[in-house]
Amino acid sequence: MTYDGSANGSNSFKTKMQLFDRAGSGWPDVVFSSQNNDAAWASQKTNGKQAFAAVLDKGLVPKDTLSGFTPGSLNPCTVNGQVYCLRNDLAQAVLWYNKSLMDQFGYTVPKTWEEYQALGEKVAKEHPGYIVGAQGDAWTPEVFMWGSKCEANNITGPTSVKVNTDTEECKRAASLLDTLRENKTIPVVSVFTPEFVKQYTGKVLMMPGPAWYAGAIFNNPQSLNVPAGQLGVAAPLGWGSDEPVTGNVGGGTWFISSHSKNLKAAEKFVQFVTTADDYQVNLAPGYPAYAAAAQKWVAKQESSKYYATSLDAISTAASQVWDGWGYGVFSQEAIWAKTITPGVTGGKSIVDLLPDWQKAIEDQAKVNGYKVN
Amino acid sequence: MTIAPPSDQLAVDADTRRRPARRRRRATSVGYAFVSLYTLLALAFGVVPALFALGLAFTTADGGFAGFDNFVKVVTDFRFWPAVEHVVLYLVIWLIALVVFVVVLALMVHALRVRWASTSLRFIYYLPGALAGASSVLLWLFVLDPTASPVSGLLRLFGFTSFVQVIQPSHLPVIFAIIAFWTGAGGWIVIMYGALNNISTEVIEAARIDGANAFQIAVSIQLPMLRKWIAYMGVMSLAAGTQLFVEPQLLSQASNAVVPNDYSLNQLAYQYAFQQNDFNGSAAISLILLVVALLLSWVFVTRGGLFERD
Repeated sequence: MTYDGSANGSNSFKTKMQLFDRAGSGWPDVVFSSQNNDAAWASQKTNGKQAFAAVLDKGLVPKDTLSGFTPGSLNPCTVNGQVYCLRNDLAQAVLWYNKSLMDQFGYTVPKTWEEYQALGEKVAKEHPGYIVGAQGDAWTPEVFMWGSKCEANNITGPTSVKVNTDTEECKRAASLLDTLRENKTIPVVSVFTPEFVKQYTGKVLMMPGPAWYAGAIFNNPQSLNVPAGQLGVAAPLGWGSDEPVTGNVGGGTWFISSHSKNLKAAEKFVQFVTTADDYQVNLAPGYPAYAAAAQKWVAKQESSKYYATSLDAISTAASQVWDGWGYGVFSQEAIWAKTITPGVTGGKSIVDLLPDWQKAIEDQAKVNGYKVN
Repeated sequence: MTIAPPSDQLAVDADTRRRPARRRRRATSVGYAFVSLYTLLALAFGVVPALFALGLAFTTADGGFAGFDNFVKVVTDFRFWPAVEHVVLYLVIWLIALVVFVVVLALMVHALRVRWASTSLRFIYYLPGALAGASSVLLWLFVLDPTASPVSGLLRLFGFTSFVQVIQPSHLPVIFAIIAFWTGAGGWIVIMYGALNNISTEVIEAARIDGANAFQIAVSIQLPMLRKWIAYMGVMSLAAGTQLFVEPQLLSQASNAVVPNDYSLNQLAYQYAFQQNDFNGSAAISLILLVVALLLSWVFVTRGGLFERD
């Protein structure tokens, strides 16, 4: 059995499989990918060649195992009602905050985006220099626009997408980002830059972001290095009285090759890495997609005494990921990065850029063979 | 007294008669040996892939004849014309800067009378060129980030406080031109310096006796005699410049796609081949690039008199 994990964080997975298709051999039995949009192409024939991903829910993976995953967590793996991959970890967005700072400033944790925005405006006046989020990363739309039910990425079929950014849902989130960017409480800076660490260590009051921010930026000596006992987590915010939903930023997936001669062994391996406590609870750094493992993982994290609050909010958020935002082959992150980020840096507002964003998404969808709207 | 000389004489005669022929034969075979390795590599990595691309560009994914469909497809792609614009802007800025600064710097170094200053300057110019393409771009990622840059003061002087401000779309052609100049110009300065050394001292002396100053010598004698070398630099740099890839590709990854991954034509070709699994479209872009580069090179070659014999 062969394993190829080098597809992490790049598009080399697709490239490699296409080249194996051309060569007619060489496919690994099992692939790990850190992307969410691989099932979109791996489930489809390309140029008449057999689709790479094996169908998992038609006898290969037991029904019991599949139903053990957190509800909604297999959405990125599901195309036309069939499951093509198993989710390794979830990346649901939550509201991270520094409890010590919030207590010190006498603020209460917001429950809605409106409260969040009001607090951001208050912070700008009372404690300039502190921030309540960041909008320089490519996944900004996945945290703010997805969480606001903005219809920018409604994948309606394997090759069809509906895009409409001219909605109240999109505008309210855009306007929030604009307002809090102008008062410098949500700066256009990527959390993975030396710039961020230098300027904002000790200054992050709140940060809406994926579950993996805990290890990647807060509890990381190379990054913000927040001391134990300060970091708190709150459930995803809702807009007004709407039922809160949230976005998602990545989360790994495991694929089995449809070309594999060791389907059974491959299935056993993939089932082990996604569900077994030995890996998902004892070793995995991210929030497990498999519900039973996730519970134990949360208990283990809480016992570390690092967090200032319980981690219930992460578990709640896990099944709140809004399903109106799909997983197409083109990268929404790349579109946002090249359309919105330079525009905003050049002094435009996101509200004004919404039509450009829509156009950019439609163009990108079309060159990837999608029918738009 | 001897009677040997005649035979000796004969032998010598025979030798002198034969030697040039032998030498010529040896010279030609050495020439072939030198050229053969290059020819083999040029065939394997230049001509054969180009022919393969030619075939791909006019066929469909399953091998049928496509006519000009692939060309129509890539030219009407919404990413194509912006990429053309990016590459043209970059080429204009870079080629002009390269020609002007390389020639001026070479003339200045050549005019230096202090030997150690001249050699150390040439060495310093050449130094950045010793870094391979990708690694030098990585170095530039730090230079361009105001929080990490050794020249952050200069960046702040321009009003840049963050990396995204530095790499705004309108700045990119200049940034890529500066990176390319920094990595490539040193080698050309050394070559130009060599070309300047080839201009006979008698000509320069004669000019000096006629009362020409350093500036007049540079403009009226050295520059015209460098014409071929400048054209040569133009052709080589043009070919390299149209293939702009490493700089935007690395900057794209480093900026998490704020610099788009389809900024240049070569990147777009790469996207076609390895993201869209469309080798035919990719080949069409490559062919368009090849034809344009050939046409422009022809202009340089004819205007620069590159193939004229003295």
